[in-house]
Amino acid sequence: MKSLQTVGILGYGVYVPMYRIKAQEIGRMWKREGRLPIEEKSVVGLDEDTATLAVEASLNALKRAKISGSFIGAIRLGTESKPYAVKPTATIVAEAIGATPRLMAADLEFACKAGTEAIQSCRALVASGIVDYALAIGVDTAQGRPRDELEYTAGCGAAAYVLSKKSHEALAYIEDAVSYVTDTPDFWRRPLEPYPCHAYRFTGKPAYFHHIISAAKLLMEKTGLSPSDFTYAVFHQPNVKFPLTVASILGFKKDQILPGLLVNAIGNTYAASSLIGLAAVLDVAKPGDRILLVSYGSGAGSDAFSIVVQDSIEEKRELAPLVKDYINRKKYIDYATYAFYRKKILV
Amino acid sequence: MSVPRYWRERVTKYRLIGAQCTNCGKSFYPPRKVCPYCGSRDLKEVALPRKGKVISFTVIRVPPAGFELYSPYLIAIVELENGTRVLAQLTDVDLSEVKVGMPVEATFRKYLEHGPSGIIEYGIKFRPVIKGEDK
Repeated sequence: MKSLQTVGILGYGVYVPMYRIKAQEIGRMWKREGRLPIEEKSVVGLDEDTATLAVEASLNALKRAKISGSFIGAIRLGTESKPYAVKPTATIVAEAIGATPRLMAADLEFACKAGTEAIQSCRALVASGIVDYALAIGVDTAQGRPRDELEYTAGCGAAAYVLSKKSHEALAYIEDAVSYVTDTPDFWRRPLEPYPCHAYRFTGKPAYFHHIISAAKLLMEKTGLSPSDFTYAVFHQPNVKFPLTVASILGFKKDQILPGLLVNAIGNTYAASSLIGLAAVLDVAKPGDRILLVSYGSGAGSDAFSIVVQDSIEEKRELAPLVKDYINRKKYIDYATYAFYRKKILV
Repeated sequence: MSVPRYWRERVTKYRLIGAQCTNCGKSFYPPRKVCPYCGSRDLKEVALPRKGKVISFTVIRVPPAGFELYSPYLIAIVELENGTRVLAQLTDVDLSEVKVGMPVEATFRKYLEHGPSGIIEYGIKFRPVIKGEDK
């Protein structure tokens, strides 16, 4: 049997749509008083969806990877907002980036963990030598029921990672990874239902916190690493409070967390959330830095990764827009425009 | 547009693939069987540059079927960096912001949906260049 290869990140790219709605504007609509979970969230334009966001992020990842789409041997696209219930989004992305026809392509669903599940799947395909280059995408155009708590945070965005075996061309490599999964019904959406349901406070302790803490501890036990060994840590970010709290419980300091904490500016981008956070960290990281990435997906589970940054980050970083370029490109919309763009009103 | 026609044109529309005439050297979009400049049939498909500038534009206020949601919207003639001119929809730009000479870049967007149960058509539009895309 072939021995497994260490897997590197050859390129990464993100995309965040330009429209923003302030949580305060949503609160104005529903006459909500008191503290809001975030400042503002990203909203797709009328002609954007999960497929278009994924293509933008993938083209950025290919620029940093310095390869054409035709080299990609597998695409795993993690999302819960597929444009088609039946028909892969990954084939649309594959055709648009020029990866067709000799590749594997499939969509994955695991709520907000689908993006890191795509990384795990691509990592296995590369580590085993089945493909040389694999594209893992986390993307969502998340919807919250009007007036529900999730409406304040459900955002839109995409992150894409080109994986190949570790080499000096890789801007980082995956040192180790673990997954932690249980059957926990904290958040769900049944077929044909437009909006998800959630179990309110149940989404916290037994769901988000239990899975992230368990996965992070499992990884640190396996690798012998402790919080002080990591320059940065990125956790799934459904709001500002949860990732800061989980970081503190695990023993991470604020300055390890803040560079990758973007939820206040773009909202919870679901399957893209922790992966855009990782991209923001790669945008500022130095060679030798070690990054802890822990996702969380309702249903429920977490993937934890230890990622080590390599020298080529310095040369590759500027080959595509940075996360902050997308965060700063914004146009505010009011609730009526938001309702129109998200098809909440009949036209 | 029929499903088979959309399928036939998907590669050129998704990736901004044009044709270049091997006789006169000019390129054009969308690809055709005969060069519109010299009449040669000796053509090859080429990936066109994704950046350019707005040469002319107009506002569509009475849209064709399928585009009603976008109305009013902009279409423009974009001159790409190699001189090829493309007629396309503009996106991520307000009517008051568009200018002749504005730098734009290709972006993959949704064109229209065949109702709630039909296919979704995608293809290239142009948007103002994002900071960082010039890197």
